Amino acid sequence: MSYLIQGGKGERRLFMGNEAIARGALEAGISVAAGYPGTPSSEIIENLAKASKARNVYVEWSVNEKVALEVAAAASFAGQRALCVMKQNGVNVASDFLLHLAGSGTRGGLVLVPCDDPGALSSVNEGESRHFARMIEIPLLEPGNFQEAKEMIQYAFTLSEELRTLVMVRSVTRLSHASGVVTLGDLPDLQAQTRAFFKHDGFILDPMEGAVISGPVEYKHALQQERIKKAAELFEESPFNTYTGPPDPELLVITSSACNLYSLEAVRLLDAERRVGVLKMGTTWPLPARLVERHLRMADKILIVEEVLPFLEESVKILAAERAGAIGPKTFFGKREGTLPATGEMNPDRVVEGMAKALDVSYTAMPPAYAQKALEAAASGAPERDLTFCPGCPHRASFWTIHNVLKLDHRQGFVCGDIGCYSLAMRPTGFNTLSTLHSMGSGTGVASGFGMLTRFGMDQPVLAVSGDSTFFHAVLPALANAIHHRSNITLIVLDNSGTAMTGFQPHPGLSVDAAGEPVQALDIPRICKAMGANVRECDPFDLPGTQAVLLELIEARNGVNVLILKQLCALSPQKKGKKMFHMRIDENACRGDACGCNRLCTRVFKCPGLIWDPEKGVSRIDDVICAGCGVCASLCPAGAIRKEEVV
Amino acid sequence: MQTEKKLAADPYNMIITGVGGQGNVLASRLLGNMLMEQGFQITIGETFGASQRGGSVMSHLRASGRTDVSPQIPRGTAHLIVSLEPTEALRVLKDYGNDKVFVLCNMRPIHAIAVISGEVQYPETAQLQQSIGALSCKAWFVNATEAAMAMGNPIFSNVMLVGALTATNLLPLTRENFTKVIARMVPGDKVDLNLQAFDTGHDLIY
Repeated sequence: MSYLIQGGKGERRLFMGNEAIARGALEAGISVAAGYPGTPSSEIIENLAKASKARNVYVEWSVNEKVALEVAAAASFAGQRALCVMKQNGVNVASDFLLHLAGSGTRGGLVLVPCDDPGALSSVNEGESRHFARMIEIPLLEPGNFQEAKEMIQYAFTLSEELRTLVMVRSVTRLSHASGVVTLGDLPDLQAQTRAFFKHDGFILDPMEGAVISGPVEYKHALQQERIKKAAELFEESPFNTYTGPPDPELLVITSSACNLYSLEAVRLLDAERRVGVLKMGTTWPLPARLVERHLRMADKILIVEEVLPFLEESVKILAAERAGAIGPKTFFGKREGTLPATGEMNPDRVVEGMAKALDVSYTAMPPAYAQKALEAAASGAPERDLTFCPGCPHRASFWTIHNVLKLDHRQGFVCGDIGCYSLAMRPTGFNTLSTLHSMGSGTGVASGFGMLTRFGMDQPVLAVSGDSTFFHAVLPALANAIHHRSNITLIVLDNSGTAMTGFQPHPGLSVDAAGEPVQALDIPRICKAMGANVRECDPFDLPGTQAVLLELIEARNGVNVLILKQLCALSPQKKGKKMFHMRIDENACRGDACGCNRLCTRVFKCPGLIWDPEKGVSRIDDVICAGCGVCASLCPAGAIRKEEVV
Repeated sequence: MQTEKKLAADPYNMIITGVGGQGNVLASRLLGNMLMEQGFQITIGETFGASQRGGSVMSHLRASGRTDVSPQIPRGTAHLIVSLEPTEALRVLKDYGNDKVFVLCNMRPIHAIAVISGEVQYPETAQLQQSIGALSCKAWFVNATEAAMAMGNPIFSNVMLVGALTATNLLPLTRENFTKVIARMVPGDKVDLNLQAFDTGHDLIY
């Protein structure tokens, strides 16, 4: 049984923020949860899936974020509570439906949890989901600690049902992927689950019985704005907005989310408990005007701490301008005038620095002598670690071949990249093979456009790569576009049988669902053939075979080619910890620096399982790291890398 | 909660560091749960995601009487660093070290790509130990990976370091404490192996 549902009211658990959110949804009695994997959000759906049987919740990894929100919304329309989860840029994918959903309104409680990634620790953007809440006029909540991560979810469902609109609860990496002690509440009685039924034939303007549509637009838009006014009123009394500090602080900090914890820490580091007050806002859109005004009156200096964009800062400044007569002149510190960095993740150090500036005091985190000594020791003693494909990763072999084929072809062909582990091919450890990298599915979309430029003299081979999960998420429409317009491209599907980057979640190409139940698998080669592409399949570990096929494909300029390179992810449950081959270096055969290969295996191929032994002047296998995929054996021109099948 | 009596500081700041794939996250959760059993509030900040792919991984673990501490430790304020790889200990000391910090370090190198490709050299063991020693108040160096390989899987080095840390008596941790927590965290048939790893790690400190 999932540990998430063990334990009742009052028991304490060390929970990751994402586990607290999942537990909160279960305590709120959800019926449906849907999402698309994306760091730092994935553990919410994963944990709900583990609890799905015992708690009778339908949990799915949807094909993409827009469909996930549609699936969750359907449950709401049928009177059920539903949760929808995604990472920050997933909200962009879902945004068209989101806009119309805000207009149509909801029935059963519907909560959207985007997990933002300030500092782009696991992203290729620093996007923010909070602006969607303001843009499409839905309430926004931001938990400021782990306990709130659970409780806010429960409150969000109540609020959603009171206002009949979707509610956004925004998390960030340092809550989602951090852990703290959470006191549990009770899980609801399963007997209390209601029957799902969609009333759709009542009076057209009846929010609970008519059709669920966003028109008549002006009427529905006015209703939306009424809901936002009501939310602002409710937020005036919200327990999620708290103040810590003296009644007459010199500096008022207004903050939200993980920045609340950094701000409290900074106050303690500066020993400034008597000088600084911290107003932690849990309800960040719409802001409760009277509450904010009351606190603004307390101090002349205001520091706003948040990540990433100055969202809260702008909202507070609008209120301050509107109430300028009542609150008097204020000096604002924050991102807009540069007290805090405008990009990147916040942390206690950045906040303490900004707070010290606003208070005009100094703070030294580390004595300069120690800092100097430590910096020197690390500079020589701790070589930087570039990210790389895992040992045994099929992508290393795939990009080795793609890179070599483009060099051999010699027409300056290029690869349009996409989102997944294989995005790492943009780095030296992936042989710098990607020339564009944007959003999910964009590799194929951009390639489709490049492939139409022949008429303007472009004769470079155009390639795109896609993972198997990405293929279903957003490549399909781009592929249809390319085939329909006879664009000259080669799409390489790097099929490692799972959504590997985020922890190996299933997708429509696999025969199990989120909860491990059997489902229908969609066959990628058959889909591509039916769409009209020329389809080939190879095992990327077969370097010469794959190279021959890819050379042949990029030679032809006859519309869309699809090459499917299928090999299981090295971290997949079926493969992890099991070596296919025992690898060793024949030290007599490896000629080291005397060989003309110029250390091909370590200097160029760069698999972490292969290391260079400077004493002996030969390559060596690191048995702790090597995954035994056997690929390097076919690289060595001297045949010094030997593989023996593990029986 | 009587945390002051048991911890050298409140919050007590620990950093568990290593390279993606070394079992860093499990070690921090294990320690966090063991300390929670002892009555402390625990906050853990983890850096993983893309870092799993060969990059440096770091967990910040804080034990305290309070719940509102930051999941990221402020610069220069670590009390204890547990490192699964020696160069990672130096990397952490650069940002979080101070003269009073304790270090427990596994000595098995994992070569960075720049070392593999020959751009830079991996430092000598003696040099690493000297640098780490000079930047801390006391350091223990152990060969946990070697001992874990002898048990059949290098992944046990993380649990061994938890055993070794228990033996240092820096924290109120016990074997019973470990037994109780590990039973919740791993499948039933893996409990004995983990206990064996814990005991082996414990014996690495003398």
